[in-house]
Amino acid sequence: MIVRVSGEDQYRLEDVDGQINELDNAVVAAVEAGDEQRFHSSYDELLSFVRAHGTPLAEDDLEGSDLILPPPDISLAEAQSEFTGAGLIPD
Amino acid sequence: MAGLTGRMSTVVKAKVSKLLDKAEDPAETLDYSYQKQVEQLQNVKKGIADVVTAKKRLQMQETTLQQQVVKLDTQARQALSGGQEDLARQALERKNVVQTELQSLDTQVAELEDQQTKLVDSEQKLRAKIEAFRTKKEVIKAQYSAADAQVRISEAATGVGEQMADVGLAMQRAVDKTENMKARANAVTELEAAGTFDDITALGSGEDDIDRQLKQLSSTSAVDDDLAKLKAEVGAGAPPAGEIPAAGASSAAEEAPQAPAEGGQG
Repeated sequence: MIVRVSGEDQYRLEDVDGQINELDNAVVAAVEAGDEQRFHSSYDELLSFVRAHGTPLAEDDLEGSDLILPPPDISLAEAQSEFTGAGLIPD
Repeated sequence: MAGLTGRMSTVVKAKVSKLLDKAEDPAETLDYSYQKQVEQLQNVKKGIADVVTAKKRLQMQETTLQQQVVKLDTQARQALSGGQEDLARQALERKNVVQTELQSLDTQVAELEDQQTKLVDSEQKLRAKIEAFRTKKEVIKAQYSAADAQVRISEAATGVGEQMADVGLAMQRAVDKTENMKARANAVTELEAAGTFDDITALGSGEDDIDRQLKQLSSTSAVDDDLAKLKAEVGAGAPPAGEIPAAGASSAAEEAPQAPAEGGQG
């Protein structure tokens, strides 16, 4: 699968769906709990996992991503707005 | 996949497909996409210029405030030499407020520099994708039938579209940050215009609203420390009024007993 870290790079990863899902769940739990510290640590963990297990795509590669992660410096408030629908992405 | 990543992916994909839906004929899609891409690249350049402008504005404001610090310090010294401790205290209080504002400006300038770096990086990535798309577009035109071309075009356009959405996000965040800072910078400018940071000696000893606000804002203990230091300096036959010693240069201040600022309370 191809994962994009918003504002950064796209990475190609193999057979990691389960692990990513698990890490993502931890992030969601932290967001729902409104726990800023836990949110940052769990999201950093997810990002580190992608960077460590993925191979960056070439700059001129035009493949779309299967998964897009929000920018690494996302705040808890921004992450919360992701869920309420007033998303990060401008029209 | 649900969750944070899933939601983000869904939103981006929806935007990209909306972009692609606008043209159905393959040749039209190619041209339309390419045109949009080049437009977006121009927007990013403009966005970078806006961030740079905002940063310069904050830096100019920093210079003004730095001058105010020097001026207020001089005034405090002069007031103390002339035996007007109340006035000296007021000047130091204002200096304290200005210094706090300076620190906040430093942080903001650093943040804008960070945004600028990110946008420049994004622009470079988008440029690379657009260049790849331009090459691919010619290959598709030359090699594929209309039906096949449609699929290939979609794939290529999705890749660029995603990069465009990503740049759009980076721009939006940069704009939000600069807007916030602009609002704050305007507020400071208004304070300046209202004379808050202005010539303290012209104000006399009368207190106005701004004075009272300033007193609340500024840290009293920091002002007390400043005043004690200044007293020690001025009392110990320190430099002539108006001359600012280098930071931390005064050993007299460190050796002086911490004078309880009793005189200043009356």
